[in-house]
Amino acid sequence: MSATTTTRSTALGKGAFSSLAYRKYRDRGIELILLACALVAVFTTLAIVVILVVESSYFFEHVTIREFLTDRMWTPLFDDAHYGIMPLVSGTLTVTFVALLVAIPLGTIIAIYLSEFATHRMRETVKPILELLGAVPTVVYGYFALLMVTPFLQKFMPNLPGFNMLSAGLVIGLMIVPYVASVSEDAMRAVPRYMREGSYAMGATKLQTALRVVVPGALSGIAAAYILGISRAIGETMVVAIAAGMQPTLTFNPTEPAATITAYIVQVSLGDLPHDSIGYQSIFAAGLVLMLMTLVFNVIGYFLTRKFREAY
Amino acid sequence: MSAVLTIEELRSGLAWRKNLDKAFVVVGLLILMSCLGLLALLFLDLVRDGASRFGWDFLTQFPSRKAERAGILSAWVGTSMIMLVTALVALPVGVAAAIYLEEYAPKNWFTGVIEINVTNLAGVPSIVYGLLALGLFVYKFGFGQSVLSAGLTLALLILPIIIVGTREALRAVPKAIREAAYGLGATRWEVTKDHVLPYSTGGILTGLILGLSRAIGETAPIITIGALSFIAFLPNSPISGTFPFVNFEWLKSEFTAMPIQIFNWVSRPDQAFQQNAAAAAAILLGMTLAMNAIAIWIRYRFRKKINW
Repeated sequence: MSATTTTRSTALGKGAFSSLAYRKYRDRGIELILLACALVAVFTTLAIVVILVVESSYFFEHVTIREFLTDRMWTPLFDDAHYGIMPLVSGTLTVTFVALLVAIPLGTIIAIYLSEFATHRMRETVKPILELLGAVPTVVYGYFALLMVTPFLQKFMPNLPGFNMLSAGLVIGLMIVPYVASVSEDAMRAVPRYMREGSYAMGATKLQTALRVVVPGALSGIAAAYILGISRAIGETMVVAIAAGMQPTLTFNPTEPAATITAYIVQVSLGDLPHDSIGYQSIFAAGLVLMLMTLVFNVIGYFLTRKFREAY
Repeated sequence: MSAVLTIEELRSGLAWRKNLDKAFVVVGLLILMSCLGLLALLFLDLVRDGASRFGWDFLTQFPSRKAERAGILSAWVGTSMIMLVTALVALPVGVAAAIYLEEYAPKNWFTGVIEINVTNLAGVPSIVYGLLALGLFVYKFGFGQSVLSAGLTLALLILPIIIVGTREALRAVPKAIREAAYGLGATRWEVTKDHVLPYSTGGILTGLILGLSRAIGETAPIITIGALSFIAFLPNSPISGTFPFVNFEWLKSEFTAMPIQIFNWVSRPDQAFQQNAAAAAAILLGMTLAMNAIAIWIRYRFRKKINW
């Protein structure tokens, strides 16, 4: 018996064993390659931070942080250069606010309707459409804002300028409705069925159950949907670059033209700036502020979801 | 309201609550339909505005100072080349990263860091990728304002989409299949390559197409890199008649792309150019929707074929 095993192993030769060793080494090598690919995500994040900080540090050699935060004008490309970020931030916040005014109520109502009231068939039809709408290129929405929504609004508001933050904000709002609705609906569907049944058993109607049981139960997911919506509105570029005008103005009035941080970056990129000019460096400083703003909202969102999370 | 309700009070309260229910159904449906209806209206209007420009000439002509002679040839060729680079980079890297996270990674803080990064990258505004590419690819690596820079940028942008899509596909493969393969002595890579990956091809393809459909419409990052809006030449063909039959000159070529062309036209006050923008936007929209439709179809086909 033992003789046969020996002969067999010699018959198989060292090949069989070295093949196992080889296969194990190969596995190890492949694992390293796979790990390297996974690390691309980490390096991307690091590279974003490093590039933004390093390039803006050149900018801040010319401009003091104090001037950056307190000057009320942003004209880095003019002879009379001012470097106050406030006008860009005000533009960004105004557009985002208008967008959220549209997206949050509409998105939430649609989500409640789809999750709690719509028939199965209705939901299965509408959900893919909502996801499809998320794929529409934003430059197309920019076209809508400038050439359809603004002329329409001008019928009611004759003084509305051709470029304004209102129509840009409204279109961005409409653009993120499907997104907010889809993500909140997922969160509401994840609330266990027995919680609804408990509520029905107490005599609550569907609407009461939806508002008092399902929405609080799904609040962390809904908050996440809102935060994602805010991030998208803040970072949205093409709609504002096309429809809101590109002059940085310190105003919170949505019927005026203004530039957002993103629109400014596009405006500078369209020109041909030398690599080491202050205009070139200023877009990285603007980008850094944009990153910090999205970061702040994400952190707020993170704590909100932790605070309101209902455990079941 | 008193503590004890009479039966009449209870009934009227109940009727009121039920009416609220009905009202909400009407309101919800109304809002849903008006949002979808409004968007449909805008899309129809877009197609109508551009209708006069559709035609073979529009696809085969370069941009021009005269609106009626301008076409999108350099734009769609540029977009196709960028998408080629994006797909060739993002697919292998994304799938490999997903395989690592799903099949190999130990559960520790290090894996946690990678996962948080993937989630966060999905939320980074696209224009920030443009700044990253401008600093890194265009200047540090010296790729210049080229097809290669644009393709790499968009590849980074859609990496999270592909990773998430692939992970979902891998997760859907039952454990039993892996264990059966391990039981026969296969190594982890053999299990993954011969058993898990074939089953998840559908999901991976879906993720890739969804990612590309996102990339094809992205405008901001490639404007930041320095896409030109007026290009009246084509990059060198990637396939040549002489040995070695492929060349990579096109990677270094300057480029324009569909969304850039649309942006350029829409920003002009001349209405004739705005019609061009509408026509190009409708075509771009058609491309995105078609890609999404294909993705949904693939998902459906693969789901039907697999019976665990």
